Amino acid sequence: MLSKRLVICLDVRGDKLAKSIKFAETKDIGDPIAKARQYYEDGVDELVFYDITASRENRDIRIHMVEQAASQIFIPFSVGGGIRSVKDATKLRNAGAEKVNVNTAAVQRPKLITEIAEAIGSQSAILSMDIRRVNPTREIPSGYEIVINGGITPTGIDALGWAKKGEELGAGELVINSIDADGTKDGYELKLTRMIADAVGIPVIASGGAGKPEHLYDALTEGRADAALVASIVHYGEYTCRQLKEYLHGRGIKVRMSY
Amino acid sequence: MITIVDYNAGNIRSVLRACGEVGAKAAITGDPEAVAKAEKIIFPGVGAAPSAMAYLTKTGLDTALTEAFRVGIPILGICMGTQIVLESSEEGDQKCLGLIPGRTVRFRLKDKRLKIPHMGWNEVKVVKPHPLLEGIKGGDEFYFVHSYYPQPADENNIYAVADYGGDFCCALGYKNLFAVQFHPEKSGRLGLELLERFTKWEGEEV
Repeated sequence: MLSKRLVICLDVRGDKLAKSIKFAETKDIGDPIAKARQYYEDGVDELVFYDITASRENRDIRIHMVEQAASQIFIPFSVGGGIRSVKDATKLRNAGAEKVNVNTAAVQRPKLITEIAEAIGSQSAILSMDIRRVNPTREIPSGYEIVINGGITPTGIDALGWAKKGEELGAGELVINSIDADGTKDGYELKLTRMIADAVGIPVIASGGAGKPEHLYDALTEGRADAALVASIVHYGEYTCRQLKEYLHGRGIKVRMSY
Repeated sequence: MITIVDYNAGNIRSVLRACGEVGAKAAITGDPEAVAKAEKIIFPGVGAAPSAMAYLTKTGLDTALTEAFRVGIPILGICMGTQIVLESSEEGDQKCLGLIPGRTVRFRLKDKRLKIPHMGWNEVKVVKPHPLLEGIKGGDEFYFVHSYYPQPADENNIYAVADYGGDFCCALGYKNLFAVQFHPEKSGRLGLELLERFTKWEGEEV
């Protein structure tokens, strides 16, 4: 039986670790590679490096940083931000990333997901979705809309429909980022997470809103997520990976405890 | 010196980096002569069995690996490298290296909630002691990404299993060959420790 995963996201701007609140007000909070190594040693199951400005500024992701990370951490990690082609994806994979996340570029050209899945395997093609709550309409019946360009541009696309389409196109995993919950520390968007997790047959990572260990528990049970992604609560030292995992383990969730 | 076999099967630099992390000298090569004369071999890889075998055959690495095995060079197979040391693979109904009797089969899962590929951290249960598995205890998890798994003909060659809709073989051993379905290079400290034990293993049969 697979364990539930604790995933830590490092939002990187330039070569600095950044953290945003509701995708705005970013500030630098340290050296991402050093942080990655620290989390690796403390038992995180997977890391995500997200270049939060790559998409907006149409900039190539920093291959060098991926290589550095790959020589420091010996668990799977994924990279996202500004990936527009199979060439980008392959370059990152060869630099040491286990998986690549696509987001904006996949919305603009859905076939990108299929191309990446065919080139480096479905298990390495991750579809990351930034989602905002809206009033349900005929176009957006689920009441959740896909937003691109780092949370700036609404698309009119229904999040549930896009999640299912992403799976059909070959995505091996989905990251559900709730813009409403991001940085609030009030808990994950459980309704959204569960709605998508119930509708697809691929693993789902809940993202945005973790403030307490209970929130992770909720995402992995009520939210039916396979993994819970955290950022602020570990970056600012409120909780360590070990504390989060011990909490989940204590409440009967199967998580990796020997590391 | 560990020779890591390069046969165009995915990113194998992570294996090189992991060897570096445990202080082992290692180098990547696709040269059959270098493989046949290696001190120790890691045979990694991800991908599909038919294309992997086609590449090995075309380059003569198939013969080199078979020869290396025959003369007793310690070999560690990882993932695809593990699947193709058996006689055949269900993937594309492919004839493989045949260093050990048995075949590679696809997951047939009754529980439809279980997904293929089997991807993530899964407990590895040691069923028979082996120097490379020393110290692994109940609850220890390793990182997997695969849709097929090795099924040795002789159960005595099975050293560890993992449970995914039922137990499947995830570590097999035969003479100077040891092979794992999981990725020690991506399995944190426990995976690195396995690689470290491989640097000390002289290929003695257990």
